[in-house]
Amino acid sequence: MLEVSELGKTYRVADKQPGVKGSLRHLFRRVTREVNAVAGVSFTIEPGEFVGFLGANGAGKTTTLKMLSGLIKPSSGRASVLGHEPFKREHAFLKQITLVMGQKQQLIWDLPALDSLRINGAVYELSPAEATRRIGELGEMLDINHLLTLPVRKLSLGERMKCELLAALLHLPAVLFLDEPTLGLDINAQESIRAFLKQYNQQYRATVLLTSHYMADITALCSRVLVIHQGRLIYDGGLADLADRLTPCREIELRLAEPISNERLAAFGEVATRDGLSVRLMVNRPDLRDTLARLVEELKPTDLTIHEPPIESVIGPLLRGERSLLSATGTAQERS
Amino acid sequence: MSFLGKQRALLVTAFAHTTTYRAEMVLWALSGSLPIILMGVWSEAARDATLGYSPLEMVRYFVAVLVIRQLTFVWVIWEFEESLVRGRLSHDLLRPIDPVWQYLANHVAERIVRFPIVVGLVFLCFALYPGAAYFPGWAVLGQAALLIAGSFITRFSLQYTLATTCFFNERASSLESLSFIAYAFLSGMLAPLDLYPELVQRLAGWTPFPYLIFTPARLLIGQQVDVVGALQVMAAWTFGLVLLQRWLWRKGLARYSAMGA
Repeated sequence: MLEVSELGKTYRVADKQPGVKGSLRHLFRRVTREVNAVAGVSFTIEPGEFVGFLGANGAGKTTTLKMLSGLIKPSSGRASVLGHEPFKREHAFLKQITLVMGQKQQLIWDLPALDSLRINGAVYELSPAEATRRIGELGEMLDINHLLTLPVRKLSLGERMKCELLAALLHLPAVLFLDEPTLGLDINAQESIRAFLKQYNQQYRATVLLTSHYMADITALCSRVLVIHQGRLIYDGGLADLADRLTPCREIELRLAEPISNERLAAFGEVATRDGLSVRLMVNRPDLRDTLARLVEELKPTDLTIHEPPIESVIGPLLRGERSLLSATGTAQERS
Repeated sequence: MSFLGKQRALLVTAFAHTTTYRAEMVLWALSGSLPIILMGVWSEAARDATLGYSPLEMVRYFVAVLVIRQLTFVWVIWEFEESLVRGRLSHDLLRPIDPVWQYLANHVAERIVRFPIVVGLVFLCFALYPGAAYFPGWAVLGQAALLIAGSFITRFSLQYTLATTCFFNERASSLESLSFIAYAFLSGMLAPLDLYPELVQRLAGWTPFPYLIFTPARLLIGQQVDVVGALQVMAAWTFGLVLLQRWLWRKGLARYSAMGA
């Protein structure tokens, strides 16, 4: 369905110093440098999968999506989407995919969305009756049928994004590349779009590759994630497994039956906080089962809770580039 | 849906877009009224000198230039450049239709909306110079329509080819500014070409420009014109430009980085 092998993209970009001196130097002697936006990425996505594509800004997510949708030509490697080489942009390929870019619109700004939808219907060779049926069906799923005759410029950001989604999905693509589709939207609009994407994925068995900086998008929609860092794929697997790799410890909250010294507690794990009989212990995941058994047997606590750290707090720093997965795990290739 | 069905949908929406801003439409049409100013200047000049044109012929010539300019005005290079630089081209490239058809539909729709304004401007000119009012006849109008259509297609092909260089320099409109100087000078927009020195006339003959304004204008004022020959020359230029554009397009797409998208 979607096979990517050693895909790479190198850009040559101008490197200019600021100020008048830099401008004059740039005028007479251009300095450029090569940027490896994507460096040998490989993965496979099966039909119907909903995959999250994570990474900090500049990690190479959008460049990868652009290569997979056929917008830009890879510098190396190969990609196959639905059996097509994307950059050839054959009509048979374009009719089966879509790329949604948050904050970038395809709808005509001054006209009602319906006018843009009519064009898309014709361009994707839908009969007027079929186009009308699909507009009604998808419009109902997105709850925007009452907005389609209003000028796009009069719509709110969330309403506009829903109309964009409708325009992008009118031809019922089998593969969706979604680049930050909820960017800048309020919580309600984000949830609404998430629900729609989930429904679309299930109803049409569509394959989806989603990039988002909102962890709620990823946790709500994706069971599998790809993590890219400085152009290299460093993780390919389940979301829960990723969280495990990033947080090797679990937190056990105890209510002791009687006072016990910290030295004795340290035999079970690292004492994170202590407030009288209330204790928070950090325990390595592999030792969790044995430690719990010993704790219950030896300390007989009156209350015991195990906490999973919230996934947002685990992966958030990774997306912001504040934390590297490389220290927590090998590359995806090494892992496989 | 057939090719024509797609074109119809593009044209209908382009028409809706063009009619959204009526005042802007009128202002754009008026901004192309330079020939009216030149008409005044050259009809006065024709009184005192032996130019080969009488003052009334000069008025008629520039009325014809006005009509031709209004109906062959092309702006695809600015539309394409903005689309490429702001990343909107990416959306166009992801649709199973060449973006050129959208640009072409926009131009054709604008022409349809602009036509009544052009007719109004012609009546205004003849009101200013009542002696110049004339009707060239339906046969001439039919042939002129063909030449004007050919002129528009050639001009569009030339500008779209220049626009394609955006892939390489991101600012192709500067090339158009340069090209416009040659177009304005050699097309007969500023003065009838037969007033130019012989050498310049011969030089102009090696370019497509004289066929874009001067040839249909001469036809409209009643002079003899080889319509078929002019159409053949424009078709040859268009064919060459389309070949060049397709080559630049393929090379350009390989460099395209979908900036801003």
